Amino acid sequence: MLADICTRCLTAKTSPQKGRISLTFTEMARSLAGFLVLVLVVSICEGASLFQPISDSHRSAALELFTLDHGSFESLEETYEALRTFQILGMEKKPDVTAAACRSISETVGSSSSTPKDLFYALKANSIAECKIHEKASKGIISSLNAAVRGASSLLDFYYSVGGLVLIKDQNSKDDIHLVDAEGVFRSVKAFSQSDGRWRYSSNNPESSAFAAGIALETLAGIVSLASSELDQSLINTLKNDISKLFDSIEKYDDGTLYFNDKLVDGHEYQGPLSTTSSVLRGLTAFAAVTTGNLNLPGDKILGLAKFFLGIGVPGDAKDFFYQIDALACLESNRVPIPLILSLPSTVLSLTKKDSLKVRVTTVFGSNAPPLAVKLVGAFSSRSKDASLVEIQELKFDQVSGLHILNDLPESIDVGSYTFVFEVVLQEAEDEMVYVTGSQTKVSIFVTGLIKIENSEIVILDNDLGSIESQKKLDLAGKNAASLLANHLQKLRLSFQLTTPRGHAFKPHQAFLKLRHESEVEHIFVVGNSGKQFELVLNFLGLVEKFFYLSGKYDMELTVGDAAMENSLLVAIGHIELDLPEAPEKAPRPPPQPVDPYSRYGPKAEITHIFRAPEKRPPQELSLAFLGLTILPLLGFLIGLVRLGVNMKNFPTKPVPATFGVLFHLGIGAVLLLYVFFWLKLDLFQTLKMLGFLGVFLVFVGHGVLSHLAAASAKLKSA
Amino acid sequence: MGRASSKEDAGTLFHSLRSAYAATPLNLKIIDLYVGFSIFTALIQVVYMAIVGSFPFNSFLSGVLSCVGTAVLAVCLRIQVNKENKEFKDLPPERAFADFVLCNLVLHLVIMNFLG
Repeated sequence: MLADICTRCLTAKTSPQKGRISLTFTEMARSLAGFLVLVLVVSICEGASLFQPISDSHRSAALELFTLDHGSFESLEETYEALRTFQILGMEKKPDVTAAACRSISETVGSSSSTPKDLFYALKANSIAECKIHEKASKGIISSLNAAVRGASSLLDFYYSVGGLVLIKDQNSKDDIHLVDAEGVFRSVKAFSQSDGRWRYSSNNPESSAFAAGIALETLAGIVSLASSELDQSLINTLKNDISKLFDSIEKYDDGTLYFNDKLVDGHEYQGPLSTTSSVLRGLTAFAAVTTGNLNLPGDKILGLAKFFLGIGVPGDAKDFFYQIDALACLESNRVPIPLILSLPSTVLSLTKKDSLKVRVTTVFGSNAPPLAVKLVGAFSSRSKDASLVEIQELKFDQVSGLHILNDLPESIDVGSYTFVFEVVLQEAEDEMVYVTGSQTKVSIFVTGLIKIENSEIVILDNDLGSIESQKKLDLAGKNAASLLANHLQKLRLSFQLTTPRGHAFKPHQAFLKLRHESEVEHIFVVGNSGKQFELVLNFLGLVEKFFYLSGKYDMELTVGDAAMENSLLVAIGHIELDLPEAPEKAPRPPPQPVDPYSRYGPKAEITHIFRAPEKRPPQELSLAFLGLTILPLLGFLIGLVRLGVNMKNFPTKPVPATFGVLFHLGIGAVLLLYVFFWLKLDLFQTLKMLGFLGVFLVFVGHGVLSHLAAASAKLKSA
Repeated sequence: MGRASSKEDAGTLFHSLRSAYAATPLNLKIIDLYVGFSIFTALIQVVYMAIVGSFPFNSFLSGVLSCVGTAVLAVCLRIQVNKENKEFKDLPPERAFADFVLCNLVLHLVIMNFLG
């Protein structure tokens, strides 16, 4: 809609001959209405968050965080932070902490080499610990600080030296300490300021930060208080301008909290939003204390800053804790409007128990607020985003407890989640100047209650006729052991009614019926509803395949649950014997059930090794018999040889060939013997080695005898 | 009538073979006897295997092939030594015998390895 208007304007501008732009009244009204709706929706969508004031949980956390490390704190800065935190929270001074502080303070104060920074923090800690400082020592401090002021060149130099002088002036009532050239010092510090309200640290460093602005304001406030004569009012007025410009750079989170932050340029110099905002508040408060007249700080911004610090909760770091508590103490200091925080002890209310809506309005530290009235101006739910469900009403104030109470929740508030809008109205007119309450506070409220479950019954119906086969009434609050029988031609119907405490229909987040088979296969069905009546019809004819054709006993379990339901239930209704037809060949198998995870990693079944059954061997007698039979042919051969009439006539007679002959036969015998050993115990390589030797020997003698024989027969042939 | 004549023919054939065989030289007869002996040994081993089964098969093969192998080598020797064989006229029988011995030794080495 806005885009439409914009394009219209643009086109009109480029074609002046068309005449003046004339949006009709209705169009304007429509566009405005749309814009307003948009703004309203955005404001509702804006987080409805709750801020709790500082409570005892902070005090116990402080005791834990600020502990002495080997009898003393690490630095004077930390000593001061611990003391200041305990002071603000109203915790009594612990003697060991005070003693440790006094020790380090006197050490620093007594030493002549202490820097202005050390002296500054020592004096700050002393303002709380109230240790005695010697006359001579304090005179020494004053002179060194004065010298430091004269020789200061950067913002921090001015801060420490001027701050130290202010502190010692407060502690030492005797001497009247004044700054020599207050206006000159003022101007030198002012020189570090920038046009956007931020300050630089020194003339060399071009980077400016809001943290430095806070420090500068504190320093300037100190200068004003130390000045012997009135400073020029125009200087102070320019400062007021700077402060308002600084407030222009304030940043915002979605939940309405405001804070100051610097751009992250250098990791070392960067102070987070917490320390920056704390520093600015400190400077602001210090400055407001020394000036007359109002700083005119916008009240809602102060409230936003207070919410920022409260929104942190309980910080886990000692330094963050100090920043939070110190800044909140500044807000309570009466120099700026005091923010009042609206908080609820409980945002969850029970309709059945008739809880009342309780609201507390206090300062950030939980102290009592001035007389005021809390009004409930609207209640919105997700269903009715624009229209409020309640009319504007005032909560009753209970003097004893300090709470504003609305005894009974209005009839229009049923179970569920709501956003309540409160408005705080101060009853005395002069309090308007002192306190700031903010316009409207949105809080998320969750209402719970007992949901009535009635008319619950489970019925088996015949498929075609719809006639009731068996019917069982259920008592969902107590035990049930319904036992039903059904086959695949029948239907199961489960029905019940849910009613809220206010008598309306209720749709819970979960309404399931679970059927579990004996083999641990489960099926879950969602129970649908129309209005108050919840009904689930299971037609077994269509579910046969889904159930994997598993017949048998199914356990039934009903779950009805919701966050707003105080009596959410998970009950076993009973069991049903289902008779389903046989599974066909191609039917899907039920999924394998998850194995118990512990059994997977437990010991497995023992495996007994089955050795290969040895082959059946023949009886020994048979083998021996055949061994004998094998020898027979050899005998037959020998006998045949004898029958044929073999002789040894051709054996050489001369000694040399004769020896060769004998050796030849012996060699063959040796080789055969070697083979027997090979079979019995030798391996191939040993055998081959021996065979090599024997073979060579055999070749020699064989050659010898055979060549002799060949020569002899050749001679015989030729002859 | 045909049957009776075939019977007579078989008898005559057998007698003539016998008489012809008697004329072979002695060394050939020795070799023939050797071949017969080794084949007979092989047959006995096959019968044994048929009775008890072929486990362990390698031993059976080893035994049978040893007999058969040595028979084959003896046949080769007979061919080479036979004076009527014109092909091996120039080969001295001692040389053939030396080859026979050597081949037998190699065969039996392999056989012993395979025997298991």
